[in-house]
Amino acid sequence: MPKPQEFEKRLKSELHAEHVEVEDSSGGCGQAFAVVVVSDLFEGKNRLARHRLVNGAVKDLITAVHSFTQKNYSPAEWAAQH
Amino acid sequence: MFRSILRPQFASARQQFFRFMSKEVRQSIDAAVKSAPVVLFMKGTPESPACGFSRNTIQILGYQGVDPSKFAAYNVLEDPELRQGIKEYSDWPTVPQLYINKEFVGGHDIIVQMSEDGSLADLLETEKVLVQ
Repeated sequence: MPKPQEFEKRLKSELHAEHVEVEDSSGGCGQAFAVVVVSDLFEGKNRLARHRLVNGAVKDLITAVHSFTQKNYSPAEWAAQH
Repeated sequence: MFRSILRPQFASARQQFFRFMSKEVRQSIDAAVKSAPVVLFMKGTPESPACGFSRNTIQILGYQGVDPSKFAAYNVLEDPELRQGIKEYSDWPTVPQLYINKEFVGGHDIIVQMSEDGSLADLLETEKVLVQ
């Protein structure tokens, strides 16, 4: 069973993510994760391309859980929200 | 055989059946993707979704006003080959998966985000798949 830290570590190393939030949204069973990823690799890419980057980085982890949702921001988009 | 399910509330919906050879999964999925302008691969059926993400996606397509006569849904739980094959076909790890005019649009997160920012409405309009 993947741990939240595994998602975070992988997304930071593979996608140069400057900010990652991983929420265990399973309510206890550890089978559902929701992530927020902020990476400059997303700059100029549409949603589909961003999701494919994230999916590729954590592919084996996703297949091990029941549910995986993601929100992806470029650093500029993230800054505009906060 | 992947059986297409259409939403019963979609008045003009007609049931479509497709017969596929088991060893030709890719061609079968090709045919499914081409079977209607809007194609959703989901868990369960539109009237009885087997997963919250599939349920929510169906609801979004419904309130956006997708034309039922231009819509087909495939239940991946009915067919293990489809369930595994669609992930490889789309290079996408999760279900539901939405295709519009043979183009992969995305999964649940993308559909929700597109619905919220209005880009889904724009896409459905551009692709001429809404109820007139």
